[in-house]
Amino acid sequence: MARPEFVYVTYIETTPEKLWDALTKSEFTKQYWFGAEVRSDWKVGSPFALLLDGETTDSGEILEADPPRRLSYSFKHQKFEELRGEPISRVVFTIEPFGALVRLTVLHDGFVEGSKYLGAVSNGWPAILSGLKSLLERGKVLAIPRAALNKGFDAK
Amino acid sequence: MNLDQFKPLTVYTIYIASTPEKVWEALTSAEFSRKYFSGFAVEVEPKLGGTFNVRAPDGSEHISGEVFEYDPPRKLTVTWNVNWPDLVEKLGTTLVTYEIEPAGEAVRLTMSERHDRHLSDDILSGGRTGWPAILSGLKSLLETGKAPQIKMSPPMKMLEALKAMAIRTP
Repeated sequence: MARPEFVYVTYIETTPEKLWDALTKSEFTKQYWFGAEVRSDWKVGSPFALLLDGETTDSGEILEADPPRRLSYSFKHQKFEELRGEPISRVVFTIEPFGALVRLTVLHDGFVEGSKYLGAVSNGWPAILSGLKSLLERGKVLAIPRAALNKGFDAK
Repeated sequence: MNLDQFKPLTVYTIYIASTPEKVWEALTSAEFSRKYFSGFAVEVEPKLGGTFNVRAPDGSEHISGEVFEYDPPRKLTVTWNVNWPDLVEKLGTTLVTYEIEPAGEAVRLTMSERHDRHLSDDILSGGRTGWPAILSGLKSLLETGKAPQIKMSPPMKMLEALKAMAIRTP
């Protein structure tokens, strides 16, 4: 049985520093994360929040911050009733130079077997990270409808 | 071949600012694939039951198979068998499906690699390492007009796992 976790790797023509900024500054996340803002001072132990239309959808705390190499925070859903009961999960971003590119690995783990939350994030991350890659490589995000995030809570 | 026995063991989804037709062309033509797939040439006979090949830069046939589902520009399934002695016999047939769906002004491409038996994470690590590089390159090519050179190292974990199963590798 596969572990209940989501892993996504993407290669981006950018620098580790620019990618770090794109992950930690709302001026960037608002463009590719379907309007979401990130709030934190990015110091280990500090609070982290993700806001959509001014409302906190997920929150946690910074677990690791080693710019521009590794960032990790805990992640607990706040918005949808059916996801609120799930355990606190964890997101880890690993940024590695790869020739002229940067390899970004996103690990989202800490789910229970059969987690609906895992299904939701498995639909969401590819859309978010595809937009991030487009933003950094061509200065423009993809016009993906927000419905792509809500394809359903079950992983494909 | 009983499709019900095949389970997706590796799935990768990527959104691309393009059209389904262009994504289909990029997936099925050698001219495009050489740019984003480490110089490998994809050759597809465009019909159900047609031949499917992936030719290495030296001209050898690295992967061969046939077209199992053909619905341009929406869905393509091929048998994706790596031409190493004993590999298919021991690991079974690999099915690769591309699904292409419009998503706003973008296209959602989902690649599923299906197998008819349990395979270890080590065996699967080859594809799990390769697909993100290949499809990241395809996205860049379609969006910016150039594919970055993503130089991959040999998938050591997979090669060792194949060796442990007495599958000879080049």
